[in-house]
Amino acid sequence: MRFLEFDTLTEILLTMRENKLRTFLTGFAVAWGIFMLIILLGSGNGLKNGVTANFNDRASNTMMLWGGRTTMPYKGLKAYRRIKLTNELIPYLKNHFTEIDKISGQVDRSSTISFGTENGIYQIYGVQPDYQIISNMTFATGNGRFLNDRDMEMDRKVIVLSKKVAKSLFKDVNPVGKWIKMDGLTFQVIGVDMKTSNNNEAKCYIPMKTAQKLYTLGNQVHNINISVRGLSTKEENDAFGQKMREALGRELIIHPEDLNTIGLWNQASNYVQTMGIFSTIDLFVMFIGICTLIAGIVGVGNIMVITVKERTREFGIRKALGATPGSILTSILLESIVITSLFGYLGMMFGIGILELINMVINSSQKAAADGERTISIFMNPTVDLNNRCNCHHHTDPCRPDCRIHTGPKGCTNQTDRGHARRITKTHQYVRSR
Amino acid sequence: MIRFENINKTYPGIQPLHVLKGIDMNIDQGEFVSIMGASGSGKSTMLNILGILDDYDTGNYYLNGTLIKDLTEKRAAEYRNKMIGFIFQSFNLINFKNALENVALPLYYQGLSRKKRQIKSMEYLDMMGLKDWWHHFPNELSGGQKQRIAIARALIANPKVILADEPTGALDSVTTEEVMQVLSEVNATGITMIIVTHEKSVADKTNRIIHLKDGIIEFDSPNNHEIPGI
Repeated sequence: MRFLEFDTLTEILLTMRENKLRTFLTGFAVAWGIFMLIILLGSGNGLKNGVTANFNDRASNTMMLWGGRTTMPYKGLKAYRRIKLTNELIPYLKNHFTEIDKISGQVDRSSTISFGTENGIYQIYGVQPDYQIISNMTFATGNGRFLNDRDMEMDRKVIVLSKKVAKSLFKDVNPVGKWIKMDGLTFQVIGVDMKTSNNNEAKCYIPMKTAQKLYTLGNQVHNINISVRGLSTKEENDAFGQKMREALGRELIIHPEDLNTIGLWNQASNYVQTMGIFSTIDLFVMFIGICTLIAGIVGVGNIMVITVKERTREFGIRKALGATPGSILTSILLESIVITSLFGYLGMMFGIGILELINMVINSSQKAAADGERTISIFMNPTVDLNNRCNCHHHTDPCRPDCRIHTGPKGCTNQTDRGHARRITKTHQYVRSR
Repeated sequence: MIRFENINKTYPGIQPLHVLKGIDMNIDQGEFVSIMGASGSGKSTMLNILGILDDYDTGNYYLNGTLIKDLTEKRAAEYRNKMIGFIFQSFNLINFKNALENVALPLYYQGLSRKKRQIKSMEYLDMMGLKDWWHHFPNELSGGQKQRIAIARALIANPKVILADEPTGALDSVTTEEVMQVLSEVNATGITMIIVTHEKSVADKTNRIIHLKDGIIEFDSPNNHEIPGI
C-alpha cells in the first residue's frame, strides 16, 4: 500500500514538526495516561501479591480447631469444663466430612535442641504427615523429606527442622541424617524445610505420637489442622466450620449454644474474603484503567478534530491537486497512530522503569534483611510486593529459594509459584493426585 | 474539450438558491477563455463544477469526451490530478513545504518516486525562472513568485485544462502583467486556459470572454468586442 510508504511518513513527520506544541501536548496526554495505568496496575498487583504472600506459610484452604473452656453446664456436666481434643477425633472428623482433604493433629511445646556445641530453644510441633501439605512445605533434593506414615507407626525419633533452626545449629553443614539432642533424647534429622516466611521461623516437626509420649500428653492434641476442598465462597467455608463445631460439640458433650468453646481459625474463610476484596480492587483498577483510556481516546479525538479543522484549507488544496479522500484520511489517522504509539510506548517504558526501580530498591533491602537473619517485617509491606510479581516471573529472588524448587519430596513435580492464587489450585491437584 | 449541456445547480437550504440556470457552453482544446461576472453571478460555482470540486444537479458535463457525472471521490481525484491544473487567487501553496515540494505535490499523488518528482519539479521551476528559489518557503517569496510556483504546480501533471480563479487578484499591476504573460505562454503550448476574473484588463488578454449574470450566460463573445455595461 502506497500510503504506508516512506513518503507518507515523511509527510506526517513534516506536519508534526509544523505543530510541535500540539504534537507534544497530545503525546504527553497519551504518555501520562499509559504511565498512570501502568503504575496503577502495578500497584494493584503488588498489593495483591503482598497480601497473598502472607497466607503462604499455610495453604490457603486450611482451618484449625482447638479446645477451650465451656461456659454453660450441659447434660450434667459443669460449666467451665476444659475441653481437650483427642487423637480419636481426627479419624472421626475425616470420616464425617468429605470436605476435609488433609487432616493432622498437632501438639506443641518448646524444647532445647543441641547439636555439638550449638543449642537453642525452639518450638517443637508434633504433627502427622498431612501437615506438610497443610502448611505448604516442599523439600528440594538434598533437603530430605517430611514425616511419613512409617515414622508415625513406629514412633520414630525423627525431626524436621525449619531453615532458621538448621542454620543456627548446623551453620553450613547439611543437617539431613545428623543426630541432635532434645530433652535428653536423640533425634535424627530427616529433612529441612527451606521455606522462609514469618510464622515458621524457628519450628521443628516430630511425629505426633512421639511428641505425645515425650511430653506425656496421653492422647490429647492441642490443635487439629485441616485443609478443605470444594468450598469456594466465604459463606460455604463459614457454614462448614460451624458444621464441624456442631459435630465436635456432640462428640464432646458441649451445649449447642456454647460452641465457641471450640476454637476455630478459618483461614479458608479469611482467604476467600481477602481474595474477594482483591477482586473488587481488581475491578476498581480495571474501571479506572478503562476510564483513563476513555479520557485518552476523547483527548486524542478532540485534538484530531482541531487538527482537521485547522487543516481544512490544506486538505482542500491537496484535493484540488488530486489527493483522494482515502489518502487524506490515512494521513490523519496515521499521524494520530504514530503519536499515540510513540508516546504511549514512552509512557509505558517510563511506568515500567519506575516499577522496576521500586522493585530493585525493595529487592536490595530484602537481601540485606535475609543475610543478617534479622526480622523480615518488610516482607509484610504491600509496596514491597510489587516485587513478588516480578520474582515469580523471573525466579531470581535470592531470599526465596523455594521459588526455584521443582521436585517434591517423593519425586513428584510440584512447581511452586508463591504469591499466586494459581498455587492453590496446584496444591489441590497435587493433593488429589495422591 | 469542455462541453456544458444545460447545467443546473441549486444550493439547497431554507431558501434554495438556484445558481446555475441551464448553462450551455463549449470550449475547444487550446482556447484561452475568461469567465466574467459580478459576485453571485455563479462563476465560482461554474469553476467548481469545471474542476470537479462540486457536483451539478441536472445536465451533462463532458471533459475531454468523458461524462463527468456522479463520479466516486476517488475517480474525481484522479481526473483532477491528470486533467486539470488549478491556479488560485491566494496561491494556495502549503506553507510548511518549500517551493520544490509544493510543485512536486501532484506528482506525489500520482505515486511517482521521490527522485523523479524532484527532477521534474526542478525542471518546471526552471521554466518559471525560479530554479534558484527551490528551497524557499512560500512566506519568503513575493506574490508574483508564489503565483509562478502555483503555475508550475498546476502544469507539472501535464493537464489538459488549467482553471485559474482570479489568478491576479492579489497581485499589483506589474506582476499581473508578468503572470498573464506566463499564462498566455502556457496557453500557446496547447493547454486550454480558463480564467475566472472580474478585471477587465485581465479578460482583455484572453481570446474569448464568457459573461455570466444571475446564473445564465449573458454574453459569450470573441474578444475585441466592447462589452456593454461594464
